[in-house]
Amino acid sequence: MVAYIIRRVIVGLLMLVAMSFIVFALFMKNPVDPAQFSCGKNCPPERIEETRHALGYDQPLVVQWGNFLKGVAVGREYPADEKMREANPELVSECAAPCLGFSQQLQMTVNEEIAEAAPISISIAMVAVVIWVIFGVLFGVLAAVFKGTLIDRGVVGGTLFLYAFPTFFVGALLINFVAIKWGIFPAPGYVPIAEGGVGQWLLQLMLPGFTLAVVYMAGYVRMTRAFVLESMSEDYIRTAKSKGVKGGKVLFKHALRAALTPLVTMFGLDFAAVLGGAIITESVFNYYGLGKLAVTANNNYDLPTIVGLVLLLGGLVIVANIIVDILYAIIDPRVRVA
Amino acid sequence: MTDLSKTPEATPAKGGAFLSVRDLKVHFTTSDGIVKATDGLSFDLERGKTLGIVGESGSGKSVSSSAIMGLHRGTNAMLSGEILLDGVDLLKVSNEDMRKRRGRDVAMIFQDPLSAMHPYYTVGNQIMEAYQVHNDVTKREARKRAIEMLDRVGIPQPDRRVDDYPHQFSGGMRQRAMIAMGLINNPSLLIADEPTTALDVTVQAQILDLLQDLQRDFDAAIIIITHDLGVVAEMADDVLVMYAGRAVEYGPGKEILTNPEMPYTWGLLSSVPDLTASTEAKLIPIRGNPPSLLNPPPGCPFEPRCDHTAKVGGDLCRTTLPDLTPANSGGSHVKRCHIKNADEVYEAEILPEIAPDLVED
Repeated sequence: MVAYIIRRVIVGLLMLVAMSFIVFALFMKNPVDPAQFSCGKNCPPERIEETRHALGYDQPLVVQWGNFLKGVAVGREYPADEKMREANPELVSECAAPCLGFSQQLQMTVNEEIAEAAPISISIAMVAVVIWVIFGVLFGVLAAVFKGTLIDRGVVGGTLFLYAFPTFFVGALLINFVAIKWGIFPAPGYVPIAEGGVGQWLLQLMLPGFTLAVVYMAGYVRMTRAFVLESMSEDYIRTAKSKGVKGGKVLFKHALRAALTPLVTMFGLDFAAVLGGAIITESVFNYYGLGKLAVTANNNYDLPTIVGLVLLLGGLVIVANIIVDILYAIIDPRVRVA
Repeated sequence: MTDLSKTPEATPAKGGAFLSVRDLKVHFTTSDGIVKATDGLSFDLERGKTLGIVGESGSGKSVSSSAIMGLHRGTNAMLSGEILLDGVDLLKVSNEDMRKRRGRDVAMIFQDPLSAMHPYYTVGNQIMEAYQVHNDVTKREARKRAIEMLDRVGIPQPDRRVDDYPHQFSGGMRQRAMIAMGLINNPSLLIADEPTTALDVTVQAQILDLLQDLQRDFDAAIIIITHDLGVVAEMADDVLVMYAGRAVEYGPGKEILTNPEMPYTWGLLSSVPDLTASTEAKLIPIRGNPPSLLNPPPGCPFEPRCDHTAKVGGDLCRTTLPDLTPANSGGSHVKRCHIKNADEVYEAEILPEIAPDLVED
């Protein structure tokens, strides 16, 4: 098991290295000149060259990439050019390993950007995950138990109905009515735990969390329903019934346990994706999380930020996959390596 | 439809039988119509005795046994008739009452022990669960009992194997564990649904031996469902041959196997390879397929596949369902066939083909 995990981690690291190169290459081949973009429209040519040099874009792709990897491994100092650092010591910023780069636009290291944005995204994601997993699985089991009845149709139809609305619409609706008109929840705005305590933090997250959860819940309801129905028709369920085991225990101990395996797989990937991908929700509620950071960076051709985010989010997906595989072994004894 | 209560009863033990199934019908409503999976089945079984139910796939064997276990509750199956176990009609008791009887009074073991056991729980956990459902005992006591049962069914090192998962057991051991699970509460009735079909031939004999052995110890009634006539010959006191949801021949096992009077039973016997028989003995499959239970033929359900309808003459086989009537060989042997001299036909036509050795004697 340990050897297996080590192998997986090594493969994961190699994938991240490859990903960073691909992002670098794609970025450099794109028609917009980042130096020109960051310098502005009415920029004289020599100023562009200067900016290009300051940003390090004048160097060959492989060298830039190598510098980046070196930064990740041992840390760097910015600006990249040594002469510039000596000329303007007040501009020098230290970026400790693992240094993901320095954003010229935002005038801070990518690590600092992420450190600011990540807690917001993680908070929203956690609240959303708790809502959608609890209600998704609960409603899914409910629909499976009452298969073919009004309850089944109501649950499946209801979640699909919610799912059918675009996220920005659900979010806007919630802000308009629940927060502003009815005042049930406070107007959205991120409050860190350190400032408002857990209660305030959670309260502020309910609306964006719910908005994000609505998107995923429909899928979980349907999947849970299908998996529970599938396992309810298995032979071992008949065995459990023929032993005289009570209905509830047959459902939760025997059927749901077997349905968990595919749900855990889905959950791992969705959670990793939602950490960095809640772009619409973050925009609607104006929470400066990773999703919004990524959109801004893309619009500004902010390469260091883009590379940093791609690696972070890619890394999350890889880690989530490894965790899912470990969970598999815990759930299913047949997967355990003897 | 035949009213079986008017036809002669099969076994001599009437009314007082330990298990008495009367005119059991299990019908399923589907979008295409009503499927009559079991249509008027009656039999009796005493404690310590074994009934073999034989028939092709889809003849209603498993559906009938699931009805005895009450496993159709909560589905769209419609059941009628009576299933009297020790005088209590299992079709009339409440769901909760039936649940309590399941595993305690009636237990069941299944065809494929790998899929019949939950892959995520240890063998011990599953056996303990069967015990703890019906007995208010601590985990430690249940575990002790599970180890005892595993030992009783012949699992080596039961105190260690109890913590193994089903996939770590061999096929035969899994079936032994299933038997341990079924018998842990001393049920008075054990239904074995093709218990040896999924097993190695060498293991089959061991499992059958074990069942017989345990039956003596626990004095349980056993219903063994199979399509293997060898299993029937080995195990069964009584044999019930089912076809298209109905009994077509029923009586003492020896009687059915030596003097069958229904062409379907002949067909089953002809399809059994016999190791000791001469090479002249023919292996004759029954032609055709079992009829759809959605639209069964109006007459004898076996008529489309029967080679002997000419002996009846006229349209009788095609238009009229034969009643279960006493066989010519007498005793409690009953058959559902229009052929008057079926015993003579069997000796003259069937026996020489399937067992030439016997005829020369």
